[in-house]
Amino acid sequence: METLSFEFPAGQPPRGRTLVGCVGSGDLEVLIEPGQAGKLTITVQTSVNGSEQRWQHLFARMFDGQTLPAMDIDIHDFGATPGVVRLRLEQGFEEIGHD
Amino acid sequence: MTDSTALLHKHSFVELGARQRAKALLDAGTFRELLDPFQRVMSPWLSRQGVVPQADDGVVIAKGTLEGLPVVIAAIEGAFQGGSLGEVGGAKIAGALELAAEDNRKGIPTRAVLLLETGGVRLQEANLGLAAIADIHAAIVDLRQYQPVVGVVAGSVGCFGGMSIAAGLCSYLLVTREARLGLNGPQVIEQEAGLEEYDSRDRPFIWSLTGGEQRFATGLVDRYADDDVAQIRQQVGELLKQGLPAQQRSTQAELFLQRLARLDAEPQIEPATVRDLYQGERS
Amino acid sequence: MSSYSLRGLSWFNALAADALPVVGLPASLKVADGLLGDQPVRFIAVVADPDNRFVRARNGEVGLLEGWGLAKAVDEVIAADQDKPQKRALIAIVDVPSQAYGRREEALGIHQALAGAADSYARARLAGHAVIGLLVGKAMSGAFLAHGYQANRLIALRDPGVMVHAMGKASAARVTLRSVEELETLAASVPPMAYDIDSYASLGLLWETLAVQQIEQPTAADLARVSECLAQAIDDVARNGTDLSGRLGAAHRAASSKVRQLLREQW
Repeated sequence: METLSFEFPAGQPPRGRTLVGCVGSGDLEVLIEPGQAGKLTITVQTSVNGSEQRWQHLFARMFDGQTLPAMDIDIHDFGATPGVVRLRLEQGFEEIGHD
Repeated sequence: MTDSTALLHKHSFVELGARQRAKALLDAGTFRELLDPFQRVMSPWLSRQGVVPQADDGVVIAKGTLEGLPVVIAAIEGAFQGGSLGEVGGAKIAGALELAAEDNRKGIPTRAVLLLETGGVRLQEANLGLAAIADIHAAIVDLRQYQPVVGVVAGSVGCFGGMSIAAGLCSYLLVTREARLGLNGPQVIEQEAGLEEYDSRDRPFIWSLTGGEQRFATGLVDRYADDDVAQIRQQVGELLKQGLPAQQRSTQAELFLQRLARLDAEPQIEPATVRDLYQGERS
Repeated sequence: MSSYSLRGLSWFNALAADALPVVGLPASLKVADGLLGDQPVRFIAVVADPDNRFVRARNGEVGLLEGWGLAKAVDEVIAADQDKPQKRALIAIVDVPSQAYGRREEALGIHQALAGAADSYARARLAGHAVIGLLVGKAMSGAFLAHGYQANRLIALRDPGVMVHAMGKASAARVTLRSVEELETLAASVPPMAYDIDSYASLGLLWETLAVQQIEQPTAADLARVSECLAQAIDDVARNGTDLSGRLGAAHRAASSKVRQLLREQW
């Protein structure tokens, strides 16, 4: 297991917070809360060691070309594939948007 | 309604996570979670063993009303570590039941519903899980003096280990066909007693002995429902309204000893033998 | 040497030497009514019965007959003392290697039998009886939940053979995908996973640990020491109540207290 931290530029914080997913096999839990204006921070606790580059690429590709709200995102990952990670994040962003 | 439209109107309860299950049972708008995941009261033991924790430690405690009755729900998330109970998750359930009993002593008739999907003790927290389960047992027996404690085993993990004993202490138990209820998990029995005794890969065999249908047919549970949110909700509501049972299942030692005395324990057992032994007097 | 432990039986025989045996229970249960000092008590032990009707419960395991039998033995005391101001104490002598693992057991609802035992011990406590668990050997998993863990005071003898755990080492290693050696190394650094009684004591669940000279066959001095400790435990219950709050407060069980405190604040 390892714990990783990431930071990206962002806009204003959202109002709500949300939780999606679960720390089950091949899945992950994503907790999203309002962050400090201008900053998107992500903390990943993952069961897969040596995966920092993969996470960095995944986030960079996913956030490319858009300014996301300022959020503190906490991820507890139990070996989710990039597809599942993306799905959960998108789910979370959508729920935050609705609140 | 035709079968296919009935099917379309069904919403699976088994497929829901612990939080969704609790929400689905409570009256709309009354769900209030205690120690919610954003408070991050997580296991102090998992990370240091290299196991990723979950923000709610796999247990959801929610207060609200069910058909207008005050209730606290404790729901175990079967997908996280097999629904196993560690120190935090166990203390959440025990603490909630203790407070519900305290409510009753102050004249507030709080009932409890336990949504059980669990393999029992979380081995990474071994003795603290076991101690928490003993506390849960104590708290169920205490609360049960005042108001019913309803246990639901919907599936798909089932209910095993020390928490199957907790199930046995509940005032009422409701299961679906997807449920299994037993003390020991199939693999452990096979390991301890051999393949001849218990073939953990023979699913029909295991369901025939410990599945929801058999448990209902042998009177070891009270209700048998379809995997349908509306039906489960309705039946849990009925059980809560029913008040305390005339006699708790777990206080019938004399009856069960008499039944066991009648059994020929020599031959290996069949599901039908248990049905006859436990329900013969009904027919 | 016997394939099963005789500790429970030895301690029962020593403690209950002058007590009146209770009849009408399964042969795997030793139950007797006697005195500790001037206090009336019922001693209860689960022992090996090589002729047990249930073949998977012949080495002292807690099975169907044992679970329901314990319930009956405790229920008798609750009923008999119902209208008495002074409630008899229950002394659970604990030397239980495991619950019974078998097809008959699962089919006939061993979980319900163990619930019966836990239920009776818990109701005895609620009715005002002191329930004292005396750990002289193994106190494993479901077997301990049924016989001993509902006690409001737990006393353990300090000995390598006295251990509380959720699962034996070999099985626990398999389930957690570790070798036994890895498990032992890990267990040594994680108190709730450790198998020794001092680590267990650090969780705050024991009221007292006692050293004795001959745990397999208690000496007169051992017997005197343990009897005195049991009597003190009964007095302590009379003074401080029959709930389980005495188990909380240890540093290694801090989260259990914190969770309760937060729940109360948010209730």
